[in-house]
This record gives sequence, structure tokens and C-alpha cells, in this order.
Amino acid sequence: MSSHSHVEGQLPHEPERATLEGRNKITGFWLFLGGETVLFGTLFAAYLTLRGQVMDGPTPNELFDFALVALATALLLTSSLTSVFALQAMHKHNVKGLMGWLIVTLLLGAAFLGLEIYEFNHYVHLGHTFAASAFSTSFYTLVGFHGAHVAFGLLWVILILLQLKKRGLNTTTAPKVYVFGMYWHFIDVVWVFIFTVVYLMGKVG
Amino acid sequence: MAHAHAHAVKRRTGIMDWLTTVDHKKIGIMYLLAGGFFFLIGGLEAILIRLQLMFPQSEVVSAQFYNELITMHGTTMIFLAAMPILFGFMNAIIPLQIGARDVAYPFVNALGFWTFFFGGVLLNISFIAGSVPDAGWTMYAPLSGTTYTEHFGTDYYVIGLQISGIGTLIGGINFLVTIINMRAPGMTFMRMPMFTWATFITSALILFAFPALTVGLAALMFDRLFSGNFFDPSAGGNVVLWEHIFWIFGHPEVYILILPAFGIISEVVSTFSRKRLFGYSSMVFATILIGFLGFMVWAHHMFTTGLGPIANALFSVATMLIAVPTGIKIFNWLFTMWGGSIKFTVANLFAVGFIPTFVMGGVTGVMLSVAPADYQYHDTYFVVAHFHYVIVGGLVLGIFAGLHYWWPKMFGRVLSEKLGYWTFWTFYIGFHLTFFVQHFLGLLGMPRRIWQYLDGMGFNTLNFISTIGALLMGVGTILFIINILITMRKPKTAENDPWKDGRTLEWTISSPAPEYNFAQTPLVRGYDAWWLEKMEGNSKMTPVEPIGPIHMPSPSILPFFMGLGLFIAGFGFMYAREFGVVSLVIGIAGLVITFGCMGLRSWIDDHGFHIEEEEILKDQGVKA
Ligand code: HEM
Ligand SMILES: [Cu+2]
Repeated sequence: MSSHSHVEGQLPHEPERATLEGRNKITGFWLFLGGETVLFGTLFAAYLTLRGQVMDGPTPNELFDFALVALATALLLTSSLTSVFALQAMHKHNVKGLMGWLIVTLLLGAAFLGLEIYEFNHYVHLGHTFAASAFSTSFYTLVGFHGAHVAFGLLWVILILLQLKKRGLNTTTAPKVYVFGMYWHFIDVVWVFIFTVVYLMGKVG
Repeated sequence: MAHAHAHAVKRRTGIMDWLTTVDHKKIGIMYLLAGGFFFLIGGLEAILIRLQLMFPQSEVVSAQFYNELITMHGTTMIFLAAMPILFGFMNAIIPLQIGARDVAYPFVNALGFWTFFFGGVLLNISFIAGSVPDAGWTMYAPLSGTTYTEHFGTDYYVIGLQISGIGTLIGGINFLVTIINMRAPGMTFMRMPMFTWATFITSALILFAFPALTVGLAALMFDRLFSGNFFDPSAGGNVVLWEHIFWIFGHPEVYILILPAFGIISEVVSTFSRKRLFGYSSMVFATILIGFLGFMVWAHHMFTTGLGPIANALFSVATMLIAVPTGIKIFNWLFTMWGGSIKFTVANLFAVGFIPTFVMGGVTGVMLSVAPADYQYHDTYFVVAHFHYVIVGGLVLGIFAGLHYWWPKMFGRVLSEKLGYWTFWTFYIGFHLTFFVQHFLGLLGMPRRIWQYLDGMGFNTLNFISTIGALLMGVGTILFIINILITMRKPKTAENDPWKDGRTLEWTISSPAPEYNFAQTPLVRGYDAWWLEKMEGNSKMTPVEPIGPIHMPSPSILPFFMGLGLFIAGFGFMYAREFGVVSLVIGIAGLVITFGCMGLRSWIDDHGFHIEEEEILKDQGVKA
């Protein structure tokens, strides 16, 4: 094994794959996302089963504020793009660009989360509380699980930014950035499904 | 702790060594110990259940306690005994079988152990706390909801399993990545030992099945803690949804349990028949097929729920299909033995005993899969007999085979064969006495999950026999423990290849394996890599590298605290219903501990340490 030499000096083009640890991290994270897919799949299934059960509460159609959700969607999709820019900067070993784009991603994600909190708050005032109906419970659980993933991602990227600032780009930090990027895209894809299944189908269905 | 570039050897001793270890071999031993401990608890519960049923209308335990016993017995055996013991084998053996120095994520591996452990402890503390899960291991709604279970029993189940489930999931990912990325040069997928293959497929099943359970448990938890309505029909919830979610996880779970046992049996039968495993590639294919079909059949647990004839017919046929790859495996084991020079060691006795027993469980499985007939069998002792034939007659016999087979590799000592024969015969006879008669009890109409039965129903004799059998299995287990105690007092004298007929890489290194497993990574030239070399007259594997310093991961206490944090959080959230804010704060504090440690782990740049050449050479000199 590569024993004593910790990569000094020149970083390879894809520093995230330079070490076995890095490659393991990426393989494992792909698999983890496979598991996450089942997790969200089950949440979607539960939501689809229960979304008709609104009891006395507002229906999806009455409830959803389309402009707000569209804005949130735009923010999150853009943040996925900026995370790609961050990765491109990383491959050019441009630490400043990398950190800059990660910060933009962070801000966009935070704005998305802010909108979601505002949205939930708004719904609760319309009588759409967690305990109101099977529809409300499954709605908050599905969308809330996604929101929690976003929140976790924000904390994570802050931690990565701090590490980049302190230690710079190396074969330990690079896989972290890469894996975070995968995570962030995944969250984005899930949101696209939420947007379609929950909001669009809620408006027309 | 973190000295970047620290090359000094950091070694802890005593209890701190075990709490901080990231060595897969030690973690394997801890899984075995903890799983064995829970196995004894589950076994005790089983004996109590059987004592209650020994005679009609007896009152050995109360009706409430009886419900708690059956619930905790099933839950403990599946989640806290069987799976952890299998994880013990995977940890102890997989890296050795693929010629790796370590698993892909040593730290995560330790974390998996500690979350499993704390989840299991939390679940069992329910006995001390006085509200024990009592709605059956399947926790069907609405029985498990707040309307019918006011006490904290279901909460213990939901939160305990959620925590231990995290451990299982990350353990599964760890083994997938280990097998994908860490195989020695030449160890192609189609040269991997069967146990490695079984572990690979099992881990994939864990990865795709456990998240469904995670969601189910979270939904039930939300219903109970935050007045959610997933499974509350009065607010539009749907109780059948729970059944679906549970069994979408639950059926793959039974293959998670049995595939590793298939792997163990393949190794043992082949070793002690001194023959290459018959039909290796069909074995691999059958394993993959079983894993795949395992996701398509969950509704055979719900034939009587009323899904309708179309759904029942489809799931019926899909279930029957699984008998095909399973049959392939059975015949392959038989053909492996055919013409081999068979040695009936204790390990092999268990393996050979496994084959007819498992076939019986499979046959009743196919009987159950006939949906119209299942209306007759469902929720009777026939089902109890079926799943114990596959779980005890399959999985547990497989575990015993594995324990006797790999004990020398794990502990450096060979278990007493003489005591082993006694273990086998008492356990095996006890097993069939207990469960064979239950088929007929079921056909006679005795429902499962009942506390008492009336006299004069024709159930008396068979129940009595069944209880005697259970006691005999208890004797077998005690004999096994005595065997362990006696063996562990002897010196570590096991050779590298104590059975002389070892075929795979774990038998090329010392027993127990050194910390770094392989002083030099071996070159794998074919299936049954070690046997191949022996047949060509070589006394050791060809190395692919010179002896040099070996990089090792540092021990860490963080996994322990991350598990502990979840444990504290579980209690906090669970009792928020009763103690309000204080309890919530404790819950959040627990999460802060866990996520804080996670952050710390990411922040600390730990490069591990090196074991230097001199030390490796010294090991080699002593052992060679
Ligand atoms: C050989 C192929 C198998 C077939 C065709 C099969 C079929 C079935 C069917 C149809 C049932 C539902 C019976 C009912 O509730 O009315 C059932 C129950 C069960 N099976 Fe299997 N099975 C097979 C293998 C296994 C294996 C390998 C395991 C575990 C290692 C297992 C464990 C269970 C358990 C735990 C239950 C009872 C669940 C409950 O209702 O509590 N089965 N099986
Ligand atoms: Cu099943």
C-alpha cells in the first residue's frame, strides 16, 4: 500500500479519486443514495395512498401556493447548478472559486429552506396542521424529510467550507466536496419529484 | 487525539481497547458476543412461552406478559440475535476471504456496532421500565397505535429498532464497498468464495429493504408521538399501508437472514467434502435471483388481508418461483457431497443437518404460497412451524456450523468436537421435536399468538412434546456455552489451516489473524485460491508486494458516543409524552451528542498510524 507518502505538492486532476479512501467514499455514497431512493420512494407511496384523505381540512388544490413553490424550485435547481460550478473549480484546483460557489450554493439552499418554513407556517394557519388528517401527516412527513435533508446539507457544507479554509484542497477534503455534490443533486432530484407529485398533481388532480 | 502524520503506534488496552476499536476482527467478536447475549435472552423468552403452552389453560405467565414475551422473542431473535451474529461472521471473515487488510470504513463499522448495540439495549430496557412491546413483532396497526396501546411498549419497539436499524444499514453499505473495492489482485467477482457472495447480496438487500422499515417506523412514531394519522382510520389513515410497508421490508429481511447461512453452508460442505463447490456459477446466479425475487413477494404475508384474487394470484406465483433457485442450491450442495471424501466434523454435521431441515421449511413455504390454502394455514401454528424450520432449522443451524468452523480463525482455539457432537444431537433432535408437531397443531386449527388453549381440543399431547423439545434445545445451547468456556481456557494453539482442508484465503494466515491480516497482499490465481496453491504443492500464497510498513486506522471513542447519543435521544423523545419539555430537551441533547461527534469526526484530520516492518517480521518469525 502507498504507506508513508501523503500526497504532497501537486494534486491530481481528480483529487477526490486519488486515494482508496476517496474512492471508497464515492462508491459508498452512491450506494447510500440507492438506499435513500427507497426511503423517499416509500414516503411517496405513503403520500399517494393518503393524499385524498383531507377530512375537514383544506384540499391540496385550495392549499398550495404555486408562486411560492415555483420560486423555491427555481432556487433549489439553481443551487444544484452552482454546486457543479464548485466542482469544476475544484478540478481546476481553484480553491477560491470552489469556496465561492459553495457559499452561493449554501445561500440558495438556505433561501429555499426559509421559503419552506414560511410555507409550512402559512399552511398551519390555514388549519393544515400535522395532526389534521392523513393527508396533512403524510404531506409534512414527505416534504419535511426532504427539508431535513436540505438542512443537514447546509450544516454539512458549512463544515466543508471551514475545512477548506483551514486546510485547503487536498486528497482528504476533495472527496468530501465531491460527495456533498452528489448529495445535493440527489436532494434536487427528489424535489423535482415532490414538485410534480405533490404540488403539480395536487393542483390538477 | 489527532496528530496529523502521526506514525507512532497507538494501542489501547483493556476495556478502552474494546470501546475504541475499529478492527473488524474485534468488532466481529463484539457482534458475536452481543448477538449471543440477545440470543440467550430470546431463548429464555421462548422457553417461557413453551412452558406456558405445555399444558392446557395453564397460568405460568399472565396473558399480558405472554403477549410481551412473544413480541420481544420475535423482535429480539430477528433483529438483535440472528442479524448481529451474521454480522459477526461477516466482520470476522469477509476481509480475510477477499485478501483485504481491512473493511472500507473501519470507523463506520464500529459505529454500526454501537448503534445496533444501544438500540438493542434500549428495546430491552422496556422490561425494566415496565411497558414492554406487546403487539407482536409485526406491530400491526391499529393494535400498535395509541388507541389500543397506551403504554410505551410500541415506542420502545419503534425507537429501539430505528436506532439499531441505522447500524444495520451502514453495516450493509460497508460490506458492499469492501467487497467492491478491496478485493486482492486476481480476486475477480467470479472467484469470490460463496460466503463473500452471500454477504454481498445480503448487504444489497439490507440497503434496499431497511429504508422501507425506517419510513414505517418513523410513520408509526409520528402517529404515536405527534398525533399523526398514517395508520389511524378515524382521521383517514390506512392500516393496510403499515402491512405493506412492513412486509416490503419484512420479506427481503428473511432472505437477509438466510442467504448468509446459505453462504456458510456452501463453505462448510465444500471444505469437508474436500471438493470444489458443485455448480459454483449457478450458485452465484441462484443467490442473485433469490435476492431479486425476494422483493417481489411481500404480499404473500397478506393473502388474507383482502387484496383481491388478482393480487393474490400474482404474489402466489411469484412466491412459488423462489423455490426454483432455492432448489438449485439444495441440489448443488448434494452434488458437492456426492463422491466427495466427507469428514463429519461438528461443523459439517450442522451443515448436512441443515439440508433436509431447510427443505422441509421450503416445502411448507410453497404450501403457504398457495393463496387459497393459506386461508386455512394463516395465523395458525402451521405458519409458526414453517418459519421456525427456515429460521432455526436453516439459519441457526447455519450459525452453529459457522461457529464451529471459524472459531479457530476467530479465537485461535478449536472447539471440542466431542462436546460439539452432543450439542448437535441435542439441539437437532430438540428442534424437530419442538417444531415438527407444530405443523399438525396448525392443521388441527390451533391459532398462533394465543395464551391458553382449552382441554379436550386434541392439542395437549403435541404441545407437551413441543415443550420437551424446546427444553432439549436449551440443553444443546448450554452444552455449547460449556464448550466455549472450556475451550477458551486452553492455549491458542490452532494452526493457520486447522481443518487441513481449508480452501479460501482466511486459512492462509495465522489463527487468530494478526491486526493487519495479511503481511503481504496475496495474489489470487483462481477460485478456491488456497486449495489451488496447495494442489500445486505450494505452502503459501504468492505475494504481490514486498513486506513493508502497513497503514492502520486509529482507534476512536466517537462511535461509542454517537450510539450513546442516539440512545439518550430515544429516551428523551419517547417520554416527551409524559414529561414534556424536560424530556424533549434531553432528546435534543442526545442528538447534539451524536451529530456533534459526527462533526468532530469530519473535522479531525486523522491519518492513522503505521505498523512498521520490524514488527511484521517479528510476527512472521514467531508464527512461521
Ligand atoms: C423457501 C422459500 C419460502 C417460501 C415459499 C416462504 C413462504 C412463506 C409464506 C407464504 C408465508 C406467509 C404465511 C402466512 O402468514 O400465512 C411465510 C411466513 C414466514 N416466513 Fe417464509 N417462505 C420461505 C422462506 C423463508 C425464509 C428463508 C425465512 C427466514 C429465514 C422465512 C421466514 C418467514 C417468517 C418469519 C414468516 C412469518 C411471518 C409472520 O407472519 O409472522 N421464510 N413464508
Ligand atoms: Cu415472506
